[in-house]
Amino acid sequence: MNQQVDRSKRRFLVAATTVVGGAAGVAALTPFVLSMMPSERAKAAGAPVEVDISKVEPGMQLAVAWQGKPVWVVNRTPAMLSKLPGLAPRLVDPNSDVPQQPPYCKNVNRSIKPEYLVVVGICTHLGCSPTYRPELGPPDLGADWPGGWFCPCHGSRYDLSARVFKNVPAPMNMLVPPHYYMSDSRILVGESTKKGA
Amino acid sequence: MSAMQKMIGWIDDRFPLTVTWKAHLSEYYAPKNFNFWYFFGSLALLVLVNQIFTGIFLTMNYKPDTLLAFGSVEYIMRDVDWGWLIRYMHSVGASMFFVVVYLHMFRGLIYGSYRKPRELVWIFGMMIYLALMAEAFMGYLLPWGQMSFWGAQVIISLFGAIPVIGDALSTWIRGDFVVSDATLNRFFAFHVIAIPLVLLGLVVAHIIALHEVGSNNPEGIEIKKVKDPVTHIPLDGIPFHPYYTVKDIVGVVVFLMVFSAIIFFAPEMGGWFLEPDNFIPANPMKTPPHIVPLWYFTPFYALLRAVPNKLFGVIGMGAAVLIITFLPWLDRAKAKSIRYRGPIYKTFLTLFVISFVGLGYLGTKEPTPVHTAFARIFGTIYFAFFLLMPLYTSIEKTKPVPERIPE
Repeated sequence: MNQQVDRSKRRFLVAATTVVGGAAGVAALTPFVLSMMPSERAKAAGAPVEVDISKVEPGMQLAVAWQGKPVWVVNRTPAMLSKLPGLAPRLVDPNSDVPQQPPYCKNVNRSIKPEYLVVVGICTHLGCSPTYRPELGPPDLGADWPGGWFCPCHGSRYDLSARVFKNVPAPMNMLVPPHYYMSDSRILVGESTKKGA
Repeated sequence: MSAMQKMIGWIDDRFPLTVTWKAHLSEYYAPKNFNFWYFFGSLALLVLVNQIFTGIFLTMNYKPDTLLAFGSVEYIMRDVDWGWLIRYMHSVGASMFFVVVYLHMFRGLIYGSYRKPRELVWIFGMMIYLALMAEAFMGYLLPWGQMSFWGAQVIISLFGAIPVIGDALSTWIRGDFVVSDATLNRFFAFHVIAIPLVLLGLVVAHIIALHEVGSNNPEGIEIKKVKDPVTHIPLDGIPFHPYYTVKDIVGVVVFLMVFSAIIFFAPEMGGWFLEPDNFIPANPMKTPPHIVPLWYFTPFYALLRAVPNKLFGVIGMGAAVLIITFLPWLDRAKAKSIRYRGPIYKTFLTLFVISFVGLGYLGTKEPTPVHTAFARIFGTIYFAFFLLMPLYTSIEKTKPVPERIPE
């Protein structure tokens, strides 16, 4: 009975038990952590949305819901469009180099048809929905305001192509979702081409 | 031996009842010179009990479902007997929790209560503060009003600023690609079960750590240094019970007068405790034109807005909260209490308080260029108070601290 305790063996066994037990603990936690990811139902949601753009008058903005987010369709006037190229020096990404739009919208208007901008109306800073401010030089936004969007949450500013200005918290341009023209007056937001065509 | 003594004896043989009572109340010796500032610890405990108690009754009628949540809160307010009172006790209680906690933290700041050997008391306290912020934030989503929705949208998006894992992390927190029913339901679970359990555990740890090292006092003198040679009781200590339990009851009565006055006469506190936009059901299509968090988050919110970069703004905001934790190691002064400190520290402290309140004010205002400029100045002072502390506290001479608490 009066045997010597083999301490190194005991230490090894304690360490091995701790490691194996710890691994089991982490493994047991995995289902709980993963259960918090979007469910299959949440992943399946977000079907494309059809929008009638014929009612959007020049200078007006229409908001529709797509994947639970606001998508804006703006019918820009020629006067609005003429200002866009000149704003480049004041913008973070004037040429839309960051892939915040499908390739077919990588142009100064960030759109398929110049006048119709389709954009997810969520500020790239912290996810507020900016306010449409098409007027020129209002007192609260300053005399050099060329029209665009102002985020009320943290003061980020975007031009009328939803390109972000310099020296604001938002890091990049607002997202242009994939979309295509089903006809002259209808677009489908969420897909780039007609499925099965 | 009376029946009562017999029963206590019976329990003591099986459970450390008397020992615990003595260790934490009747023979816990606290400094005899506690002042006004020492009410807020026990008041924080009172508000915690209020929040848990009223919260239990709110869950009896609240529905954590995006289609039903807003209506169920209005149902509590209009149709449930005394529901309005219970709800206002809870919503006003949330703001009052931060009032007493901020005053409690300020007390620690001016009397050096975070200094050795109370570092862990301070760290547990900061963890309570963090848990409290999480609890308040998640609770604010539950009424599913406009501010609930957009506040959650912004705060969860903060995690998206973290490089590489940010987007996946915020999706994981939401349980969806947008703030949705999944988000509301899990925030309810965290708000009513997970965080309150963590809070209670931390409060116990905070008090156990405090009672291990003993309370600090307005003089910043360690009363345990001078003990009665026979009884080993600190000469400047008095038993917490009955002296401070009775003192605290006075504080509780005054607090309840203020608390009741707000609940009955100004439960929304002019939009400071319940924001007007939160009486509009959540609309994911439209951000309210003027979105601000509740007042207790606005200092940090102003800092976030002051930085013209997403990632650094988020880092700055997080750092502003976490840096408070390091006070025990930033402060190098010989004296703990402000009473023995010089003009340099007092100036820095004053500027810090002005900056903190100033940031809090700016956080409620629109981000105009002038406001942003002021927020940057205040933000710089805020960080300077902490980061320069090792310097200005070590060069400044402090007055000699006496051995005993002066009469």
